[in-house]
Amino acid sequence: MSDKIAVQVDDLTVAYNYKPVLWDIDLEIPEGVLMAIVGPNGAGKSTLIKSILGILKPIAGSVSIYGKSYDKQRSLVAYVPQKGSVDWDFPTTALDVVMMGTYGSLGWIKRPRQKQKKAALEALEKVGMLPFKNRQISQLSGGQQQRIFLARALVQDASIYFMDEPFQGVDATTEIAIINILKELRKAGKTVIVVHHDLQTVPEYFDWVTFLNVKKIATGPVKDIFNDDNLTKTYGINYKVSIQE
Amino acid sequence: MDIQEYFSLVFSDYTLRTITLGTAILGAVTGMLGSFAVLRKQSLLGDAISHAALPGIAISFLITGAKDSNTLLLGALVSGLIGTFWIRGIITKTHLKSDTALGLILSLFFGFGMLLLTFIQKQPNANQAGLDKYLFGQAATLVESDVWMMAIVTGICLFVLLLFWKEFKILLFDKDYAKTLGFNTKTIDILITSFIVLAIVLGLQTVGVVLMSAMLLAPAAAARQWTNSLATMVFLAALFGAFSGVFGTAISASQNNLSTGPVIVLVAAVFVFVSFIFSPSRGLLFKQIRFIKNRRDLQLHKTLAFMYNIAETHDDISHPHEIKILNNFQGFTKGTLKKLVEKDYVTLQGSTWSLTNEGFKSASNLYNQLTKNDE
Repeated sequence: MSDKIAVQVDDLTVAYNYKPVLWDIDLEIPEGVLMAIVGPNGAGKSTLIKSILGILKPIAGSVSIYGKSYDKQRSLVAYVPQKGSVDWDFPTTALDVVMMGTYGSLGWIKRPRQKQKKAALEALEKVGMLPFKNRQISQLSGGQQQRIFLARALVQDASIYFMDEPFQGVDATTEIAIINILKELRKAGKTVIVVHHDLQTVPEYFDWVTFLNVKKIATGPVKDIFNDDNLTKTYGINYKVSIQE
Repeated sequence: MDIQEYFSLVFSDYTLRTITLGTAILGAVTGMLGSFAVLRKQSLLGDAISHAALPGIAISFLITGAKDSNTLLLGALVSGLIGTFWIRGIITKTHLKSDTALGLILSLFFGFGMLLLTFIQKQPNANQAGLDKYLFGQAATLVESDVWMMAIVTGICLFVLLLFWKEFKILLFDKDYAKTLGFNTKTIDILITSFIVLAIVLGLQTVGVVLMSAMLLAPAAAARQWTNSLATMVFLAALFGAFSGVFGTAISASQNNLSTGPVIVLVAAVFVFVSFIFSPSRGLLFKQIRFIKNRRDLQLHKTLAFMYNIAETHDDISHPHEIKILNNFQGFTKGTLKKLVEKDYVTLQGSTWSLTNEGFKSASNLYNQLTKNDE
C-alpha cells in the first residue's frame, strides 16, 4: 500500500426511482489495497461499483481514478461483473469471452490478433482454465464460469480491479484459487475492490474494508475497523433477515 | 407446374427468377439479423416492428396517392422506427416490462393501420385496391428494382456486420462490461435495431406484416441448435432463411399459386422443427438417447458397486451369488447382469453370478472416476 489514492468518491448519491440507493458517499481507496465492500442485501454495494464505472448515472457526486475522471482512466480499470448478469447459453467459447478483455484497448473496429490471443491464453492459464479454452461456456460449471470472468479482467492488465461477488456460488477450491490470484494482484501493487458477502473470511482475505448500508458506515484497515461495533451499525441486530437486493 | 418444371424455369423465366432471388435475399438478411434479435431476447421486437409499419404504408399512400412500393415502404420504415423508439422509451421511462411495451405498441399501431386501410378502401379512388396485400404479402408483385433494393440493403448490412462484429458480439453478451470498456453501447444498439427495422420493412411486400417476425426468428432459432459459435450461427441462419425463401417460392409457384409468404414461413418452420429434434448436441432426439444411455450406465454401475460391496466382505472376490440374492436387495434385472457378463466384469456359472478380477478392479475405481469427472 502506498500513499497514493487510487479511487476517490465524493458526495455520490444514486437513486433508481425516488428512493436513494446510495446516499452521499465519500470514499478514498488507497493504492495497493485488497478491499472488501460489505453490507446487507440492498445496501448498494453493486450500485457503488457500477456508479464508479459509469454503468449507472449518479444523481450527484463525482468519481476520480488517480485524480482524473473515469473516462480518461478507463485503461487503468478492469471489471468483473456478477456471474448471473449474462446469459451463459450465449454461443461462444471460454477463450472468446476472455478475448473480450482486449476489446477495450483495441478500440472500435480493430480485430483481436495473435498478440491479444496470446494474452488471453496466458490469462486462462493463470486461472487454471487453459484445458477448457474451446469449451462452450454453458458447459462450464459455476466456478469455472467465474474463473473465465476473472481471466477476462486479468487480460485488461489494469491497475484497479472491481469485482462484484466473485465468490458467489463457487466451491472451496475455486474460492481459494481466486483469492490467491487476488493476493498476487495486490502483491504486484494493484488495487482490488471486491463486493463480498462472507463476513467470516474478511479478516483472512482482505486488508481493507468498507462497510456500506446506503450510507457509508466506515472504511479503513481491517485490523482497525472490522469489529462488532461497525458490524452492528451496518447490519443492525437481525441482519440475517434483511430485505432482498 | 410441378417442382421440377419450376426449377427448370427458374433461370430462364424472368418473373420466377425475380421472385426467387428476392425471397432468397430476404430470407438471408432476415435470418442474419434475426440471430441478433433472438440472442438479445428481443424475439417479439420483430413482430411489433412489422405491425407498427402498417400505418406508415397507409399514410404514405394517403399523402402521395401512388402505390409505388418504394414510397410505401419508406412510410413503413418511418412508422416502424417510430414504433421501435416508443417501445424503447416505454421500457426505459416507465416501470412497464418489455413484453407489455411490445404488445401495447404492436396492437396500437396495427389497429391504427387497419383503421386507415378501411378508410382508404371507402375512398372513391380506383387506385386503392391492393394495399391489403401488405397484410400477408404477395411475392408475385416483386419486380427487379425491388430485388436490387434488397440486395443493396443486404450488402450494406453485411458490411456493417463485419465491420462492427466485435462490438455487436460484446454488446449481445455483456452490455455493462462493454460500457466499462468505453464502447458507446447506445450507438451499437441503435445500429442493430435500425438494421432489424430495415430488414423487416423490406420483407413486408413479400411476406406481409402479420408473418414477418417468423422470417426473423425461425431461421435463427433453427441455426442456434446446430452450433456454439456466433459466426456460424449467423451464417447458418442466413442460409436457412435463403433456403426457406427459395423452397417456399418453389412450392407456392408449383402448387396452384399458394400464397407465397405463408409457405415460406412454413418451410422455415420445418427447418426449426428438424433442428429441434435432430441437432446432435441440443436436439430432443439425441438428448433423449443420451438420457436413456446414462440411465443404463448408472444401472450397470449400481449393480457392479453392489456386487463389489458384497465381494469386499468375502475373502474370495469371485464368490458366486444366486441371482435371488442380488435381486432381493435392489431389484436388479437379469439384463444388467448379462451386460456385465458381456464386459467380462461378471461370470455366470450355472445359476450363480460372480465378480471377475477385472470387474472388481473396475468397481473399485468407479467412485474415483465419478469424483474425478465431477469438476
